[in-house]
Amino acid sequence: MALLRRPLLLLLLIVTHQFLQFRIAFGSVNEEGQKQEEFYEELLLKPLPDRKLLTHFHFQSSAPPSTSNGRHHHLFPKAISQLVLKFQVKEMELSFTQGRWNYESWGGFDPIPSSNAKPPGVELWAVFDAPQHLIDALWKNLTHTLSGLFCASINFLESSTAYSAPDWSFPPASGKLRYGTLPREAVCTENLTPWLKLLPCRDKAGISMLLDRPSIYRGFYHSQRLHLTSTGSGSEGMDPGIILEQTLTVVLQPDSQRASLAHASEKHIQPSWSLSSIFGKQISGRCVLAETSNVYFLLDRGLVAELEHIHKENEKSEENVLISEKFWNNPSFELSAKPDRIFIEESSLLSKNASVLYKFEIEKYGESEPFDLGLFWKTPVVWLCQQAPLHANRFLMGSGNERGAIAISLKSTQSSEGFMGSNSNDERCELRVDVFQVVPWYVKVYFHSLQVFVDQQPKAVSDIIEKIHVSPSKDKVSPGVMELVLTLPCSLSSAVLTIEFDKGFLHIDEYPPDANQGFDIPSAIVSFPNFHARMVFLENDSLNKSPLLSKFQEKSPVMSYTEVLLVPLTTPDFSMPYNVITITCTVFALYFGSLLNALRRRVAEEERFLKDKAAKKMDRIPLLLSKLSAKLRGRHLEGPQAPPASSSFINSKSVLKVILIAGLAVYWQYYFS
Amino acid sequence: MAETKEKSLSDEKPKPRVRPIVRLGIFLISHSFHVSVVCCTAGVLALFLLPVLAKNTYISENALMPGSASPMLSNQHVSDGNRLVKDLTNPNSKSSETGIESHKIIAQYMLDLGAEVSFHKFHPQMNQFHPLHFFSSPDSGKIQENYSCSSYGINTVGIIRAPRGDGKEAIVLVTPYNALKSGFGEALSLGIAYSVFSLLTQVTWLAKDIIWLVADSQYGEYAAVAAWLREYQTPKFSSLSTPNAEMCPDVNNLFELKGHSISGSKFSNSFRRAGTMAAALVLKVRDQNEQFEDTISIYAEASNGQMPNLDLINVVNYLAVHRQGLRVNVEKLWSLLNSSWLKSLGEIFESLAKVAKSLYPKWKFGIPATEYVEGTATLASSLYYQALGVPTGPHGAFRDYQVDAITLEISPKFSLDKVWRNDILLRGGRLIEGVIRSVNNLLEKFHQSFFLYLLTSPSKFVSVGVYMIAFALLIAPLPMVAASLYVDANSSSNCSKGDSSTPSAITDTDEHSFAIRSWRWLNSAKLVFIVHLWGAIVSLLPYFISRIPDCSPTTSFMIWVLLSILSLLTLNSVLASPLACAKATQEKEWALVKSVTISSVFIGLGLMSVINFATAEIGALLMVPMCLLAQPLKLDVRAGTLRSFCRMISNLVLGHIAFPPAAFFLLKGMLDGFGNANVGDFWMWVESLWAWNSATYLFIGMVQLPCWVLCISILFHTR
Repeated sequence: MALLRRPLLLLLLIVTHQFLQFRIAFGSVNEEGQKQEEFYEELLLKPLPDRKLLTHFHFQSSAPPSTSNGRHHHLFPKAISQLVLKFQVKEMELSFTQGRWNYESWGGFDPIPSSNAKPPGVELWAVFDAPQHLIDALWKNLTHTLSGLFCASINFLESSTAYSAPDWSFPPASGKLRYGTLPREAVCTENLTPWLKLLPCRDKAGISMLLDRPSIYRGFYHSQRLHLTSTGSGSEGMDPGIILEQTLTVVLQPDSQRASLAHASEKHIQPSWSLSSIFGKQISGRCVLAETSNVYFLLDRGLVAELEHIHKENEKSEENVLISEKFWNNPSFELSAKPDRIFIEESSLLSKNASVLYKFEIEKYGESEPFDLGLFWKTPVVWLCQQAPLHANRFLMGSGNERGAIAISLKSTQSSEGFMGSNSNDERCELRVDVFQVVPWYVKVYFHSLQVFVDQQPKAVSDIIEKIHVSPSKDKVSPGVMELVLTLPCSLSSAVLTIEFDKGFLHIDEYPPDANQGFDIPSAIVSFPNFHARMVFLENDSLNKSPLLSKFQEKSPVMSYTEVLLVPLTTPDFSMPYNVITITCTVFALYFGSLLNALRRRVAEEERFLKDKAAKKMDRIPLLLSKLSAKLRGRHLEGPQAPPASSSFINSKSVLKVILIAGLAVYWQYYFS
Repeated sequence: MAETKEKSLSDEKPKPRVRPIVRLGIFLISHSFHVSVVCCTAGVLALFLLPVLAKNTYISENALMPGSASPMLSNQHVSDGNRLVKDLTNPNSKSSETGIESHKIIAQYMLDLGAEVSFHKFHPQMNQFHPLHFFSSPDSGKIQENYSCSSYGINTVGIIRAPRGDGKEAIVLVTPYNALKSGFGEALSLGIAYSVFSLLTQVTWLAKDIIWLVADSQYGEYAAVAAWLREYQTPKFSSLSTPNAEMCPDVNNLFELKGHSISGSKFSNSFRRAGTMAAALVLKVRDQNEQFEDTISIYAEASNGQMPNLDLINVVNYLAVHRQGLRVNVEKLWSLLNSSWLKSLGEIFESLAKVAKSLYPKWKFGIPATEYVEGTATLASSLYYQALGVPTGPHGAFRDYQVDAITLEISPKFSLDKVWRNDILLRGGRLIEGVIRSVNNLLEKFHQSFFLYLLTSPSKFVSVGVYMIAFALLIAPLPMVAASLYVDANSSSNCSKGDSSTPSAITDTDEHSFAIRSWRWLNSAKLVFIVHLWGAIVSLLPYFISRIPDCSPTTSFMIWVLLSILSLLTLNSVLASPLACAKATQEKEWALVKSVTISSVFIGLGLMSVINFATAEIGALLMVPMCLLAQPLKLDVRAGTLRSFCRMISNLVLGHIAFPPAAFFLLKGMLDGFGNANVGDFWMWVESLWAWNSATYLFIGMVQLPCWVLCISILFHTR
């Protein structure tokens, strides 16, 4: 009986426990409004000047700091919270990118490019909330965990040659930051699927339903990012609150079939698109777990200005058609759905124009009436995206396998004159530029060879560089890191930094499998701390609800990444070890053979032996032969004549005989075939 | 009794066994005459056997996968290309005298495709003789004094960024174009390139960026490409007060283009770059028509006999022959095609091969006589152009930066109708597309296949392992002969002296004299050194002569010859009069001189074979017989036998042939006929050699000429 009762009790306990927990979880949702786990899903669409479309998915889950059982979550992915707990991550960002962000035509100043344009491959940085001496170990474990989580070779960042610890140039600067990139990592669906698994609705409902793999990966740029911040736990025993921000930025080319068929005059009309035409899917309802689920359509400043210009030319009616009642069907373009709200950017000092944001709420749509936003352009529009003050480019100089140079060229963009305009009256208008460059150890950079050219004039390094921090590379231990703060005059049109390097040699087993491709130098980061990429939208009341828009309002410095460089290093012929082994073995054999010979042999004894031998008799066989021949010839034994003949180097008689026999054989063969 | 005699013999010489290797060496040295005859004939024979030994080419790099994808170039792209050809050949576009209009047209076409476009202005650099610039990597543009607005070229550069690539690598397509006097061929080549370019803006498989360089060839195709590459690889950032091209009024017209709608940010006047260059193709269409079928010629030789990776040629050959049905051609020496002796040699080889095959069916090394003749002609031209060390086209500029590049020249079967033009655009375009696609597939840079090879036909090659044999056989006798001469000279004088002196007087004096005698070669070495020094001076002289203004080639050449003779005489009298001082002591002085000469030639040829094999091979063919045969004429005259007479004759003939100018004129006469030979031609030739930094020039000046002088001095040796 007792035996029977005990399991029952246990069962009861379990049930009640779970029920209690459930209660607690719900209680937390119901009672304390600020302490619930939340999930937001948003999508931003933005037409780009070169007939492409930027789609930016933004998902945010947050877990509040909780006292007790942080192991159980309602919405928040468990894997992430465990990771944060275990590795004491304070802030972390992981991005998988394919393709290059085209800073020139897609802009470099808005919040989207400056925080979502990433270098090709994998980039990972993390700030740890741990004592200094533990950080490297934590980083290594973190890379392995992430590698398993995202099916990527992030674990290669474990080696100390692959990551670096920037001091102050990387924006979330602190001594506890580790930064590493893998420029060659290929990005594919196997990385996207685990990323999607972190979403409560995965890609089964809500905005993430749009993520049709073939159409995403057909894009021109694809960057999948995961950013998490843990808000420090206030008291002991409290698990930290975590905000997980997952973004996917894709640049797509809408099908321009119509454009190709059209005549030359119509060729310059932007392609029209709809969600179903670019993704092949529609949004049929929101993810029910999401707090908000919105789609935004953004017209950036340049485009708005251009559109208004067109309107003014056409008809001198209302001032601002874009926010008037008939906005969705204005002379320039037509939206297929009616937006729920329109936001106008708070005009900043910098420019008169403000970007316009249309908001669509998904809640209204469902299975029967799926949401499918479409845009139909009516007139050709040409505009430019807002550029970062300087356009950064990086390239290699020199040729040959011995040495080379890296050049970072900064070119002023036309739009930057606008930024400078307000400041240019000041006497000392200066533009601050931070440069952060990691160089692998086999590219041996000579930091003393740093040269600066401003407007094609060589300048003293100390005039331009305000602050420099260099940690030289150690062979096979750590990469070289260069952090620079440049102060450039605002009026500059171009600046070039060059630094020379020698190409190192690797040990044969350090070469990667495709060594002849060359070796990558990761992107340099050029940031402009005086410029902030932010967009503040009016009508702030509802913004609290939208993480995307509040993200836009954050004051983050404008950042841009340069190209990845490919340095051809000397590679050995990998079949060479075989040849080397063969040759060394031959040499060794010869050496040891002669050495043994010399050691073993006793010259005097040998001479004596030779004498003895000669005294005894001459070689047996020649003697026999000569005896035989002598017998045949009639007993004329001529001993001395025979040995000279045999000792001659080439016995002409025997050679003749061999030739004769060979000739006979050849003739025989030839005759009978 | 015999045994006792034997015993006594062995008692006298308890022959200490000499090592076999040493014995072999001694044997070879003592039989050096036979060995050298055998080796030299074998070397020459091996050279003639090379076309027989050539292997079929094969694509070594698996990643290339040529022709595995069906071409995507359609008639739509061809008609695009045709449009450009029409616009360019339109007489209106040529109205402007600087040809800027056509550059604008090209740039506009590129912009319409969505490519990034920039103009690159350059001043043509005159090729000058820089004595210390041989082998040095190309440096950034030297500052030149006299830039003027009248002379500059404009390269139009269009870049397609690979949509999903990381932009680390790029493929370059070059079409030389002279806007001022462009033939139809050049326009057609632009049309082909444009049709490929327009396709490549749409494809999704692109992993490397594509750069299309329209090189302004009004100052030469090479100069334009080299200027662009110099700017690409080693740009100069500081412009120190040199007048810039931007200041010229004409150039600014170029940038009025950018008003166009979508161009927007895509056009910039700054220099644009893509990543590391993986390969480059230079595309040309010849104006002259081919009679039989559309052919495509491949030019591959870059400076100093460097060749691009064989895989690049293989890919082009494979695609052209098996996919596009074009005939592929490699440069040949046409004059050799009709030579009867080659034909008979080919027939001999063929019949020999037949006999061999009948003996043993697996011996299949024979090739038909006609094929042999063609192979030899191709091989000879391959050797000749490699030996010259002058690039055969604009692709040479790429090789200086370790980029594999070839020039493709399409010579179409000419007819004027539109169908034909579309056809050539389609086939040429598909060929280029296929090659670019193959290179695009490449994960690593070209490294799998051969870099050292000689072509005997577009699909046959001789690799370094085979052709080295011929050269090695040729120069193998040199050290042996040198050693045997040295030994002879020493021992003969030793004997003569030993005979005269009484055996009792073998004391320390004799030891002393022996020591002196064994160091006697130093005297000859001094002579050889002086002559080589003279050679260095002679090869430096043109640097000064070229500074003399208004000098015709003939007078320059004469000045050069005069100065050379003068310097030889001065050196001779100042440093030493070795020929004069020799008379006092030795009678076999010439043998020592010959021995040292031969060793120096051996060293020179060995070094040269590393730098430029073909030069060394041709040099060895000329110099080895001359060195080996050289003997004072007086001795031969004195001997009066048939053998010495033959030797004298051959000595005289070789002495004439091996003189570099004589060899040049002989070669020129053989190729173009002797009618228009001019003394100044040699000067021009030499000028071209140093302008291209060819190591052949150094070889001629510092190895061949001194060797010839030394041999001549041996011939006229008085004792």
